[in-house]
Amino acid sequence: MIDIHNISKWYGEFRVLTDCTTKVSKGEVVVVCGPSGSGKSTLIKCVNGLEPIQQGQIHVDGAEVTAKGADLTALRSRIGMVFQHFELYPHMSVLENLCLAQEKVLKRSRTEAEERARALLARVGMSEHSTKYPSQLSGGQQQRIAIARSLAMDPIAMLFDEPTSALDPEMIKEVLDVMVELAQEGMTMMVVTHEMGFARKVADRVIFMDVGAIVEDRPTADFFDNPESERAKDFLSKILNH
Amino acid sequence: MDYNWNWSVLLEEQYLDWLISGFGWTIAVALSAWCIAIVIGALVGVGRTVPNRLISTLCTAYVELFRNIPLLVQMFIWYFAVPEMVPEDMGRWMKRDMPNPEFVTAVVALGLYTASRIAEQVRAGIETVPPGLSAAGKAHGLSLSQIYRYILLPISFRLIVPPLTSEFLTVFKNSSLALTIGLLELTAQSQQIAEYTFQGFEAFTAATVIYVCIALLATVIMILLEKYTRIPGYVGKEG
Ligand SMILES: Nc1ncnc2c1ncn2[C@@H]1O[C@H](COP(=O)(O)OP(=O)(O)OP(=O)(O)O)[C@@H](O)[C@H]1O
Ligand SMILES: [Mg+2]
Repeated sequence: MIDIHNISKWYGEFRVLTDCTTKVSKGEVVVVCGPSGSGKSTLIKCVNGLEPIQQGQIHVDGAEVTAKGADLTALRSRIGMVFQHFELYPHMSVLENLCLAQEKVLKRSRTEAEERARALLARVGMSEHSTKYPSQLSGGQQQRIAIARSLAMDPIAMLFDEPTSALDPEMIKEVLDVMVELAQEGMTMMVVTHEMGFARKVADRVIFMDVGAIVEDRPTADFFDNPESERAKDFLSKILNH
Repeated sequence: MDYNWNWSVLLEEQYLDWLISGFGWTIAVALSAWCIAIVIGALVGVGRTVPNRLISTLCTAYVELFRNIPLLVQMFIWYFAVPEMVPEDMGRWMKRDMPNPEFVTAVVALGLYTASRIAEQVRAGIETVPPGLSAAGKAHGLSLSQIYRYILLPISFRLIVPPLTSEFLTVFKNSSLALTIGLLELTAQSQQIAEYTFQGFEAFTAATVIYVCIALLATVIMILLEKYTRIPGYVGKEG
């Protein structure tokens, strides 16, 4: 489904990604972890073409994202993306947040879009908040709405960039629950997170990155039980002991 | 001080007519210039933020040019120099046949100058919108123009209503410069009344009161606009 082949990326002189290669098959859940600044966000932003790359190719569902003149808007509308800081549109009600791209990109009618929006709000447990504005909701609620907003586009895969790291501890679970359910229903997911409990529970594979390179890319149990590299061991001991 | 106060001159028909006509020209110049300024200011302000190098450079040049030349000089340039610089036929038309040349020139000069100031507000407004919001729009497949139309412009518009209020007030005040090219707006008419009647205090007091009333009205309108467009719970300004 997502095929990342030997990609490298520079910000000016600075090399953010170095020869990264990995695959995410249909229905697979892959967790990406690693120290701050290792290039996790950059990697998943490349998958939907939010960031251009200078070397290598990325294919999503057979189409080359990195090709010159690739139809990025069409591609992006098929890949959901959830951000650390939710990024809900502050001037729109919850319902309008869910309808905007459905109407403008997928050209759904208002009624169709609202119907889909309401179904998804119910699914993430936010039905009674549809007329509120984002700033009237808690972080956990906002993030669940952001997930519903992405799902409204009927994506073939979902990308998550640290979806719970801006949340107060007591709200993390409500968001993770939604993500676990999604994973169990067979959504293809690439998740940058430090929630190792989530990784153990639903991830098929874990990718560990350091200074722009993929250092480990192994089945979940393998990764936790006997990480190969010193850096991954070091990282795990820090993250699991706090 | 030996001054004969005589407020009743203001009510004499001739002078009252002058005041009313001056008031009318002031409103006409300011509102027409404001319309030009809003349209061009919004376009130029947006132009400064788009990823296209050529467009953003041109828009920056516009702002720097019009914002940094004193408005009075711009008025003179439009009135005296431009008709000499354009092709001869057009220049002749501007000097001889253009209807209301003082009014048109004042509106163009004030409008283009104010546009450069509004462009700065618009640009600042757009740049204050958190970049993550455009990224989210992009990630959902919205095109650049859709991101501007549905996300960046509606949010930044709300952010810039207060600074726009002060620009709006400034347009009325700046419209008085039109008297230098011979437009008989409010200030010019008061001056004329002062010269005819020697009642300068009364004449300029009347003008002052009228300017203050315009300013109050404009402020009230903008406050209502701000209230009307306020986002519930946003930027901690819940009313
Ligand atoms: N727009 C940019 N211009 C220049 N450098 C950037 C830019 N964005 C990111 N970087 C740099 O690229 C590196 C990787 O950034 P990235 O955001 O992908 O890291 P990350 O692994 O997601 O880190 P974190 O855990 O802090 O989110 C960092 O060193 C960062 O400073
Ligand atoms: Mg990151």
